[in-house]
Amino acid sequence: MSVGTHAIDIRTSPHIKGQLTTDTIMLHVVYALLPVTAFAVFVFGLSALLMILVTTGTCVLTEHLLCKLSRKQTTVGDYSAVITGLLLALCLPPAFPLWMAVVGGVVSIGLGKALFGGLGMNPFNPALVGRAFLQAAFPVAITTWAPAFWPKVWSIERFTSIMLPTVSLPFMRPESVAAFIQGVSLDGLSGATPLAKMKFEHQATPLIDLFVGMTAGSAGEASAFLIILGGIYLCARKMMNWRVPVSILVTASLVSGAFYLSDPQAYPTPMFMLFSGGLMLGAVFMASDMVGSPMTPLGIWIYGALIGAVTVLIRLKGGLPEGTMYAILLGNACTPLIDNLTQPRIFGARKKAVKQ
Amino acid sequence: MTFPWFGSRKTFAHGIHPPECKDLTRDKGIRRLPFAPHLILPLSQHTGAPAKPIVREGQEVVRGEPIAEPGGFVSVPIHAPVTGIIEKIGLARDARGGMSPAIFIEQYQAANQEILYGAETDIDSLSPAELVKAVQATGVVGLGGAAFPTHVKLALPEGKSVDTVIVNGCECEPFLTTDHRVMIEQVDSIYKGIRVVMRALGAKRAIIGIETNKLDAVEKLRAAIPAGIACAVEAIEAKYPQGAEKMLTKALVDREVPSGGLPIDVGVAVFNVGTLAQIGELLPFRQGLIERVVTVSGTGVRSPGNYLMAIGTPLRFILEQVGFRERECELIFGGPMMGTTIASLDVPVTKGVTGILAIAKDHPLAHRNGRVYPCIKCGACVEACPMHLNPSELGLLARKMEYESMAEQHHLMDCFECGCCSFVCPSNIPLVQYFRVAKAITRERKVSK
Ligand code: SF4
Ligand code: SF4
Repeated sequence: MSVGTHAIDIRTSPHIKGQLTTDTIMLHVVYALLPVTAFAVFVFGLSALLMILVTTGTCVLTEHLLCKLSRKQTTVGDYSAVITGLLLALCLPPAFPLWMAVVGGVVSIGLGKALFGGLGMNPFNPALVGRAFLQAAFPVAITTWAPAFWPKVWSIERFTSIMLPTVSLPFMRPESVAAFIQGVSLDGLSGATPLAKMKFEHQATPLIDLFVGMTAGSAGEASAFLIILGGIYLCARKMMNWRVPVSILVTASLVSGAFYLSDPQAYPTPMFMLFSGGLMLGAVFMASDMVGSPMTPLGIWIYGALIGAVTVLIRLKGGLPEGTMYAILLGNACTPLIDNLTQPRIFGARKKAVKQ
Repeated sequence: MTFPWFGSRKTFAHGIHPPECKDLTRDKGIRRLPFAPHLILPLSQHTGAPAKPIVREGQEVVRGEPIAEPGGFVSVPIHAPVTGIIEKIGLARDARGGMSPAIFIEQYQAANQEILYGAETDIDSLSPAELVKAVQATGVVGLGGAAFPTHVKLALPEGKSVDTVIVNGCECEPFLTTDHRVMIEQVDSIYKGIRVVMRALGAKRAIIGIETNKLDAVEKLRAAIPAGIACAVEAIEAKYPQGAEKMLTKALVDREVPSGGLPIDVGVAVFNVGTLAQIGELLPFRQGLIERVVTVSGTGVRSPGNYLMAIGTPLRFILEQVGFRERECELIFGGPMMGTTIASLDVPVTKGVTGILAIAKDHPLAHRNGRVYPCIKCGACVEACPMHLNPSELGLLARKMEYESMAEQHHLMDCFECGCCSFVCPSNIPLVQYFRVAKAITRERKVSK
């Protein structure tokens, strides 16, 4: 037997490679978001479905076109635009006008991501940039919440008809949601979010409703349970740093716990804090975006603590019922600083040499 | 599979757990490969000055006789691995594709390849200085891959002392089982070697560090600790790069080798277990290093195993002996994390070759040259780097060719090219590959300044 001619590959070490790649990570984040998304459609009906499709489509298209424009290979294949689209849809009210959703998608990718140089260079979570833009541009539409399970839990009407505001035309005043809500909230369903009820009416929503997702709110805030499930899946597969959601949620409950203990009448329980509004979605799927979060474990704890505390403070002390979005954006903004302060100590470095 | 050990396992911080792939050869006892008809012995198969030939073309040599003398203090002699005739002294291909001077020997097929040796000398009758000389005469270098002349480590510089000898039995590179087999089959030689280095260094104790995936070796060595030497055998976490000197020192004696320094700066000397086994076997009889154990493994090899082979055996001959699957393969000298790809089948096995791997391109672990995505700041590299560097940041700077900033602010020169960062990076960024270039350029600039 002899050894004949054959192709020999020449390369420098290492010659083996871990299996986890960026596109796989992103794809699995999409998978983890699917149950949440499906549930949102179940709760809010056709309107939610349309909005999810529209934002995702817009984000992917925008990304593709911008790559084409700058004559780069398209980066749609890394699925990060899909995540942005899904997240954007999930943090908007379910009956949000579609044309505004398109604007949000374009802004998310164009301003939130491409402007900074694309994947990996964006300091802020692109979906949140889009959402913040929409909040500033359309303050009314974005705080108009549709009730969950209208008109009844097991009713197919949700899936055959569209909430009126969804299809309103650009630059027209959206159909009045208030009237729409009046029409459907017969069974005690309400269009006010649990956080708003708490803030403005001092009325708590039963915890179990919050947990399984029986409340009004943005599309993806619905079920804390499914969000946690998705988070556990990603953490177990090492595609997400578990420290991010844990640090945020722990701090949020500690801070709100302190408030609650100081005056149980005026402040909600920590459990209510955790399971209401966008905190869960934000902590698990938005703050954990690797690009905008610090790299060292210590840095992540600081980052999470910051987001958790700021969220609670805005909710309890600020003028808005919800503060997750701003808290995460603030966290993103602090990330470079945190990263700088938490550089690991080089192995074998003398203590003095670390600070330069 | 060994059950994971919780709690008290000694280790270092960071590092990675690549699949071990050692099952192919783990239980294969050391077998001798036949002698190749022609051998190639590069004069510089160790770190340091090349050896100087002391034979002529056409001269007959007997197996075990010196054919080249050390070219300086940091250099070792070379011995004839077979009985035969010197074909020529000229240029030969080396693994990296270049040419370097070598001695070519044609084997006498009829010779019985006996080695002549004298009576055993008592190690304890030699002084440390005599031991250093004797070790140099054996031609032994670091057999774990570094190929640094062992006697140099035994000659203590002024003002330094060593209290602990660390014996490196980690073999943390995937696929390789050379040291594992040596620890099971050459226990007595290992302890003789340990006595030699402890005596030469005046060390008080020795610790053998072995990863938990080789508990059979731990037991074997523990049971055989000879009376009269202070030696411990420690099982430490199986993790790459546990076998790197600095990591091992940290794990076993909890001392951190200062940045830019050597283990000797913290009173430690680290030796590969295979190196000590060879010293223990050769030194008492004043023999020279002429063969070594090499793991031949990978999916491209028909009969993987641990083979004892003459130094200088050409790769082509080895692959013919073990059966090579004609597939697109990557051929590697050493382990998959830090080894070198081989450019030609005519290169010989040298003293520092721990393994020969033929990894088929369709192997699940094979490097796929996948698309390089931007850094997503996932932090995986930061959590993997055993030197606690920030490879992500270094990678960004490397792309911008800011080598000076890399070296001065980001500790580039502390990188020892273990490859953990490239292994884990989900974006397929060739981090260590960048750093290698950056380090080379930084060194050049220093010299030219
Ligand atoms: S190759 Fe260098 S930078 Fe990368 S993990 Fe190893 S020591 Fe760190
Ligand atoms: S592992 Fe790769 S993608 Fe992740 S932070 Fe490091 S360089 Fe960036």
